[in-house]
Amino acid sequence: MTMNPDVQLADALPEVAFDVDVVRQDFPALHQRVNDRPLVYLDNAATTHKPQQVIDALVRFYSQDNSNVHRGAHTLSDRATVQFEAARVALADFIHARASEEIVWTSGTTEGINLVAQCYGGSRLKAGDRILVSEMAHHSNIVPWQMVAERTGAEVVPIPVTALGEIDQAQYQALLDERVKIVAIGHVSNALGTINPVASMVEHAHAVGAVVLVDGAQAVGHWAVDMQALDCDFYVFSGHKMFGPTGIGVLYGRQDLLEAMPPYMGGGEMIESVSFSETVYNTLPYKFEAGTPNIADAIGLHAAVDYLGALDRVGAQRHEEQLLARADSMAADCEGLEMVGGAPNRTGVLSFNLQGAHPSDIGMLLDQQGVAVRTGHHCAQPIMDQLTRSGTVRASFSFYNTQEDVELLFAALAKATLFLQ
Amino acid sequence: MSNPFGNTITPEAVIDTLGFFDDWEERYRYIIDLGKELPSMPEELHTEDREIKGCQSHVWIEPSVVEGRLCFAVDSDAHVVRGLLAVVLAAVNNKSASDILAFDMEAYFQKIDLLKHLSPTRGNGLRAMVERVRQVAQEAMHRAGARQSLAEEPLVS
Ligand SMILES: Cc1ncc(COP(=O)(O)O)c(C=O)c1O
Repeated sequence: MTMNPDVQLADALPEVAFDVDVVRQDFPALHQRVNDRPLVYLDNAATTHKPQQVIDALVRFYSQDNSNVHRGAHTLSDRATVQFEAARVALADFIHARASEEIVWTSGTTEGINLVAQCYGGSRLKAGDRILVSEMAHHSNIVPWQMVAERTGAEVVPIPVTALGEIDQAQYQALLDERVKIVAIGHVSNALGTINPVASMVEHAHAVGAVVLVDGAQAVGHWAVDMQALDCDFYVFSGHKMFGPTGIGVLYGRQDLLEAMPPYMGGGEMIESVSFSETVYNTLPYKFEAGTPNIADAIGLHAAVDYLGALDRVGAQRHEEQLLARADSMAADCEGLEMVGGAPNRTGVLSFNLQGAHPSDIGMLLDQQGVAVRTGHHCAQPIMDQLTRSGTVRASFSFYNTQEDVELLFAALAKATLFLQ
Repeated sequence: MSNPFGNTITPEAVIDTLGFFDDWEERYRYIIDLGKELPSMPEELHTEDREIKGCQSHVWIEPSVVEGRLCFAVDSDAHVVRGLLAVVLAAVNNKSASDILAFDMEAYFQKIDLLKHLSPTRGNGLRAMVERVRQVAQEAMHRAGARQSLAEEPLVS
């Protein structure tokens, strides 16, 4: 496992060994009752809760340092700018980028993919070119490619996925030829939890001259990703799925590619000089950051990265593996439960159906029992339509979940089954 | 018609029964059972034009006019949603268009402590179904205004 470049284990030595009961104390939202039951939060793939450290960072910024960045001639603006840029450096370190210029702030995964599709795809693609997109991609890693394909005459070609919910590697390699200019894949499937073999897929794509965008939305909350080990060209993720605030995310791009791309939006911050005869764009990464950025949430995301940095991530990851293993074994013993996907190499997600029950029924009956899950097609309709009738029930785990949460999930499922017979 | 909704199963009866239970299990069991009492909707009526869009589960609705009253056949592939549809039908089935428009659905759902299911974020189709029912009633009112009475006819939207 340690040698697998798709799943990097944190290399820094932890200060304190992972203890879920201690860690849970950092997350105030976990400690509440819902429908008169203790909350069992198993919708972490949708968004994770925030540790107090992140909440405090937001409060601190707004109550002490609030100011605009890169432009004020005063102390508060300096403080805000220093923190904002320190956050960029922290994020570059966090994903092991080569330089902080490779870190572009976005509002989240969705904006990151749209930016690459429009700026990179829009300027490079032409009729006859192909964009390979995983069949189990999130809609946000499908639709932007369809939009740019329509504009440029390129073609979006799905990469088939097996019944076990894994990208069919043989078919993927067969699809790779010189027509393929872009490959868009997820690091981890949000609907099924499958971990895709990104590093080897990147290698194959590069062999035919294609660039690869990896949607890391579901990976960054589970382990420390490494841009240099993955060697992908673009990597995008959202802060809110890794214990940070909503509305902030990162586009990592290889510096030479970002340099060559035209800007996304025009406005302030993204220019070096403006005149009616000639406007000169700013350098990286500011070229892609028109307007006042999301300063507070970038600083909040830095706090999340620091939080993870101080955590025993190897221990946390082992704990998550134990949760999923327990969930898998209870699922195997649960009569009428049908796993959807269920690839051996998975993280954080149990996607399933109960015979004779609609996922929405299960979701409502679990909610009554304080158990929060997501139901439906999880914004991944192509793969859900292929593998299911009406989507699935998805329980998704984070390191702050407990073995008891898993047990409560199955107890709640047993009760729901009784209802629906 | 043998449809008990709006006849023997009234909103008052639903409010009474639900008020009697004190745990969620009894409440949801009752709601699911109520859904089982809905007259079955023939499979061939499960068509796209009868479907309410934007729900996680499928929800279908087929309005008609019987003896000057609006009747609704409804169905869903999810049990709880079917039950919630039945709760709505108790209030709107076999009623005149003006009775339907005068009925305060939110207050009714508030009384039975199910208001969250009518929230726009729920995506279970219940709210859209209620809006569809009101729209049908409104159209029926307009036509009745033009013709003085509701003709016995299927309503196609
Ligand atoms: C795999 C994946 N990609 C993209 C997204 C979109 O992320 P956001 O809504 O934060 O832009 C999600 C979130 O649901 C996701 O799970």
